[in-house]
Amino acid sequence: MSFIQAQQVRFSYDAETVDAREVLHGVDLSIEEGEFVALLGHNGCGKSTMAKLFNGMLIPTAGKVLVGGIDTSVEETQLDVRRQVGLVLQNPDNQLVAGVVEEDVAFGPENLGVEPREIRRRVDEALKAVDMYEYREHAPHKLSGGQKQRVAIAGIIAMETKCIVLDEPTAMLDPRGRTEVMETIRRLNREKGITIVLITHYMDEAVQAGRVVVMDEGNILRDGTPREVFSDVEFLKRHDLDVPQATELAYRLTAAGIKLPEMPLGVEECVKMFRRYLRMETH
Amino acid sequence: MISDITLGQYFPQKSLMHRADPRMKICLVIYAIVLLFVAGNFASLALAVAYIGLGMALSRIPLKLYLKSLKPILFLVAFTSVLNIFYGTGEPLWQWGILRVTANGLITCVFVAVRIVALILASSVLTFTTSPTQLTDAIERLLKPLSKLGVPIHEFAMMMTIALRFVPTLLEETDKIMAAQKARGADMESGSLAQRIRALVPVLIPLFVSAFRRAFDLATAMESRCYHGGEGRTKMKSLSFGRSDWMVAAASLAALAAFVALNLLLPAVGRP
Ligand SMILES: Nc1ncnc2c1ncn2[C@@H]1O[C@H](COP(=O)(O)OP(=O)(O)OP(=O)(O)O)[C@@H](O)[C@H]1O
Ligand SMILES: [Mg+2]
Repeated sequence: MSFIQAQQVRFSYDAETVDAREVLHGVDLSIEEGEFVALLGHNGCGKSTMAKLFNGMLIPTAGKVLVGGIDTSVEETQLDVRRQVGLVLQNPDNQLVAGVVEEDVAFGPENLGVEPREIRRRVDEALKAVDMYEYREHAPHKLSGGQKQRVAIAGIIAMETKCIVLDEPTAMLDPRGRTEVMETIRRLNREKGITIVLITHYMDEAVQAGRVVVMDEGNILRDGTPREVFSDVEFLKRHDLDVPQATELAYRLTAAGIKLPEMPLGVEECVKMFRRYLRMETH
Repeated sequence: MISDITLGQYFPQKSLMHRADPRMKICLVIYAIVLLFVAGNFASLALAVAYIGLGMALSRIPLKLYLKSLKPILFLVAFTSVLNIFYGTGEPLWQWGILRVTANGLITCVFVAVRIVALILASSVLTFTTSPTQLTDAIERLLKPLSKLGVPIHEFAMMMTIALRFVPTLLEETDKIMAAQKARGADMESGSLAQRIRALVPVLIPLFVSAFRRAFDLATAMESRCYHGGEGRTKMKSLSFGRSDWMVAAASLAALAAFVALNLLLPAVGRP
């Protein structure tokens, strides 16, 4: 069975009222342990809602979300769900609780009643994993955005969750902070085998994932590898979605009548392809 | 800039004061304040001030930062101590109409000024050397007996942790909003008091809106990290009363003995 399973999930924010507007219309989605999934979609299509459903912050109006086999709607086991799925939000300023970095990272394990020595070990390890160990005694408000966001991620790592859901973690960061955070996320997935669900509007981040899920108005439109999803540029454009820059370039050149051998996703791939292409042309 | 205020901030450092048990530090600040206010003559006042000065020295935090913490209250000090000059009893040294300066008034003036300044410095030693979490932890522990009476001590301590954590963030935000409103032509530095208060409204409203948004996010983040009240919670840093703490406590007791002796043996000065 998959690690996270959404079965026919429907959701509306004010379900009791008469004119309740449904945000999710029967979503089916399974995420396996160790996967790196990027969740895409235009503003207001229900991505953040999905994120909060994954760790039981929200409960489906109809249907079910299972995390490691546990139904998130059962009140008694909610802590067990959150112990497995951590959530990182967009604004790093608003999710740090304590006035000192290491104490903030310790917040999660403290809530779980972990023994002090073990908390210390986890905090040190988590801070090293996000490369923030030297800053352990700093005040969060004196850090850069990217650093704050990495501390927030460390706070989840210290809880030893199997999965981290990140809701636009790089939206408020500059390019450098964005790279820092993306590298951290990729490393966690690769080295620690942590399942990652990354919600983002940056397509260049999405291509780094192993799987891309595209949502639209509370439904899942596409689900596949980045190459499968981004190769259909026209389909994405029809749904107001961007494509990675390299793909966009290739798409426009193709539209202008230039026959390219393939659709590149990343910059490096794009450069390589053009090299090969130009060599072919000159010969 | 509002965010320049150092009063109540924490400065990490490796020092005896930073290592000391926060519960003891709180008690010692209260103790120092009591000394300041009980001091009846210059010798005992000087002892109390020296005691606080020793704490400052042991904290290994630059004097400059302590002086900066005094800045916001300088006006208050000047105002109250000058007022006291004219309230003395006894032979006037100088008189003009109803304004009478007496030796007694001058002494009181010095006492008041020294007391307020030393009081701020003493509490700065506490806040500069104690992380907000340690501070609230210590308060939580000291007030623990009250939770038996149904007082929500854990919740109160958590509120304080969060408040202390967000003070710098909100101060920065206030600066930003003020700058933004000034850029739109808002005038906050001139006009009558009523006008100036009215000029603050466009600053306060965005500040409140953003504070609420932050609060929602924070609640989500805290719940996601399994926060469910104080029950079953552990702490990474358990407070421990070590040998150096006992030494500091003993030294403080000795200071108390000297203080009582000075206070009783030498005659009291200033306003009774
Ligand atoms: N707390 C709430 N109460 C009522 N409606 C809400 C609430 N939060 C979101 N919605 C609505 O639910 C829909 C989906 O919102 P959601 O935040 O999941 O979108 P999103 O895909 O995360 O968008 P974005 O890319 O802007 O973050 C939106 O139409 C929004 O107006
Ligand atoms: Mg969102």
